[in-house]
Amino acid sequence: MNRSPRRAVLAWFAARPGWRAFGLAGPAVVWLLAFFLIPLGLMLGTSVMPRGVYGGVEWGFTFEHYGRFADRMYLSILWRTAQDAGITTLICLLMGYPVAYVIARSGPWKNFLLFLVVLPFWTSFLVRTFAMIFLLRDTGLINAMLLRFGLIAEPIQMLYTPWAVLVGLVYGFLPFMVLPIYASLEKMDWTLLEAAEVLGARPAARFLRITLPLSLPGVAAGCCLVFIPSLGSFLTSDLLGGAKQILIGNLVQNQFTSARNWPFGSAASFVLMAVVLVGVMVWQRIRDADERAI
Amino acid sequence: MNRLPSWLIVWCAGVYAFLHIPILVLVLFSFNDSKFSVAWEGFTLKWYARLWERQDIVDGLVASLWVATTSTLIATVLGTLLALALARGAFPGRRWLEMLLYVPVVTPEIVVGISLLVLFVAMGLPLGLTTVVIAHVAFNLTYVVVVVLARLAGMDRSLEEAAMVLGADEVTTFWRITVPQLFPGILSGAMLAFTMSFDDYVITSFVTGPGSGTLPVVVYTMVRKNIEPSINAISTLVLVGTVILVTLADRWGRNRPLAGP
Repeated sequence: MNRSPRRAVLAWFAARPGWRAFGLAGPAVVWLLAFFLIPLGLMLGTSVMPRGVYGGVEWGFTFEHYGRFADRMYLSILWRTAQDAGITTLICLLMGYPVAYVIARSGPWKNFLLFLVVLPFWTSFLVRTFAMIFLLRDTGLINAMLLRFGLIAEPIQMLYTPWAVLVGLVYGFLPFMVLPIYASLEKMDWTLLEAAEVLGARPAARFLRITLPLSLPGVAAGCCLVFIPSLGSFLTSDLLGGAKQILIGNLVQNQFTSARNWPFGSAASFVLMAVVLVGVMVWQRIRDADERAI
Repeated sequence: MNRLPSWLIVWCAGVYAFLHIPILVLVLFSFNDSKFSVAWEGFTLKWYARLWERQDIVDGLVASLWVATTSTLIATVLGTLLALALARGAFPGRRWLEMLLYVPVVTPEIVVGISLLVLFVAMGLPLGLTTVVIAHVAFNLTYVVVVVLARLAGMDRSLEEAAMVLGADEVTTFWRITVPQLFPGILSGAMLAFTMSFDDYVITSFVTGPGSGTLPVVVYTMVRKNIEPSINAISTLVLVGTVILVTLADRWGRNRPLAGP
């Protein structure tokens, strides 16, 4: 083994910690710059260029694609997307908080109950969406059961409705809500509750004045983790909502596939990113305020 | 401590049912001997047998395994090195790097896919499995970094220092001390990357070319086009594969003693 050149190289790097860090981080940084930041930059460029006659992109500068979002139709798509994501987040919170609470207090069952929540989170999103289709469609299991027991005379349309999209979104993102809330409840000092009880606080007061405030960082993180992917989702509305439920994700996808209007699609992507960033900033505000309070 | 109120337990049981019943039903009906009806008509394995007759599914599976393996290897190596750089203290541009790592986490999948499509078209790179691998590394890298960093945070640096004091140089110390200690973290990072790459549809659908669909792309087409129970069968297989992978990752990545083999 030729040790001396190796030693020389190592000595050179040891004397220059900046270069050593660069050598370690370099390849990954180059990859992220080339295949994450530069593409986003290119897309930003595309979003202010005029559209070519045959669906291509032409040189020039224009804000017309962003201007189209002042249009009623596109505003309503934006509003519906934000609304769906908001309702999804709220339902996930109502369903997920009690589950996180029960897991945190379930003692020996804790790991198993947690595993059951994590399992769907790991399962392919596409597979889970198909599972919903299998239940909800006209010839699906729910309709078949209702027909068999004579509760309905003909199938109820459940698939391709706004409700199906909401159910699919909640089903897809619920684990993202449970896990962070569980993490913050897990760290909580439960003797505080005993103290409150000894001092005469009723259950509702104990929850509202101790448990809930202490788990607020987890709630904020969970809401963020549900809200962001809901905003950008297009698979759920595509498969469960049919063509009727256009969310901003579907709008973007259409511009890049059938409509072939890349500049407008790029502009729509940045509008989506802007909404997401507002969500992230709100979350960081809550987190920072919470850290200051402690 | 007080017992949990019963309404709370009932509520949670309902949520667990909501999470798991759809999947259980899906699996159950992959063994149902009927093409259209959702009534139970007997046990069969024919939907599984049919999967092997379909060339697109077999091709998709091969493509997915190739893409997931390649992108996981690249992302794991690059991500581990980046995590080491971050764990080894301050260097110029560190804050910028941390912000750069934030970007993939907050960027919606669809935006990732489309921006890469714009890049590949601008570069004149033909769309195919290579572009899919590039895209998958780009979104997997960050997750590997996060997982490995978490492991590094709990690592005892004194072993490394001891090795150096005893005369091992940095490379020897790295291979004999750092990597074995870090291995559970690297492995669970790699498992996470593999699962996400194997499952990804949204990003892949934008950067893949004609005739090179990964398994999720093939499954998506099946879900859109027909309602044959083969979809239940393929979904069940994907499900079983994921569960095995996650269980293994959990077993290997769990807090084993940091020294020791």
